[in-house]
Amino acid sequence: MTDQDGPAGPGRGAARWFDDDAGRVVRPYAMTRGRTRTAAEGRLDLIAQVIAESRTEEPIADQTLSPEHVDIVGLCRHSPLSVAELAAELDLPVGVLRVLIGDLLDAELVRVSRPVPPAELPAEQVLREVIDGLRTL
Amino acid sequence: MVFGRSERRRRSAPAEPVTLKILVAGGFGVGKTTLVGSVSEIRPLRTEERLTEAGRPVDDLDGVEGKSTTTVAMDFGRITVHEELVLYLFGTPGQDRFWFLWDELARGALGAVVLADTRRLADSFAAIDYFERRGLPFTVAVNCFDGAARYPAETVRDALNLDPGVPVMLCDARERESARDVLIAVVEHAMRHGAERREPALP
Repeated sequence: MTDQDGPAGPGRGAARWFDDDAGRVVRPYAMTRGRTRTAAEGRLDLIAQVIAESRTEEPIADQTLSPEHVDIVGLCRHSPLSVAELAAELDLPVGVLRVLIGDLLDAELVRVSRPVPPAELPAEQVLREVIDGLRTL
Repeated sequence: MVFGRSERRRRSAPAEPVTLKILVAGGFGVGKTTLVGSVSEIRPLRTEERLTEAGRPVDDLDGVEGKSTTTVAMDFGRITVHEELVLYLFGTPGQDRFWFLWDELARGALGAVVLADTRRLADSFAAIDYFERRGLPFTVAVNCFDGAARYPAETVRDALNLDPGVPVMLCDARERESARDVLIAVVEHAMRHGAERREPALP
């Protein structure tokens, strides 16, 4: 329905890769310094909301943080963003993003909303609100 | 004490909305991304890349010859009900070899819709089977493709051997109103499902 479903662009079949086709310069594995997991894993559902602890634009002084860490904080400074949206926005695999958010939680630069526990259903009132909201679409 | 800190900071920060998710499942090329795109306030986003030529020996394109790419990871969209309530829609990966992603997607989901194409009904078996086993409330929506024969919902129900409680409807995933009605049916079904689950707990 959109261009993403359309036929592959010209030149895609070429033997040499340029720019974006060549992939990232820094491999995701290097970005997380080899880590594939974070202690915060369980809290970082795809729809968990991440928000910066500070609203101010002060630069982040922590020298151990990568540019990707700083990007995450910047994206969720003014309004919360879901883990899935951050991954799409930064074009990072969700697994990598989770590790990076875990670092930011440790550094107390962001916090994460507590998702509805899987075994718990949302209240009926919430579901009614969803239905009413959908009807206005 | 953990709560003490976040309470204190709340004044300076906007409250995080309650977030819910609905899954959009079904076979490859059945219109999952189309449905998400019809109702989402953002252009469907995806977290990983797509298959093109590489998928050709594996992906069965019978009946969907017009489609040359397929989704590797998940597409998703967002509907902001209001400032404190946001609904996310996740299209599930269209191929069985990405089952490992389904568990993550299904965890905490409100419900699901299985999109079906009457020309390739068997493609929806895997998703139906998955949601039945997981006990996740789901509905079936037949995406009425141009040129495909139309069948009444009851015929589709029989062909899919569905439980009588599972709602079956016809839709056009390209139409915003039709896609919206599909989602409303999922939430209503989840509500009934929840009420049934709560009932036995009452004294």
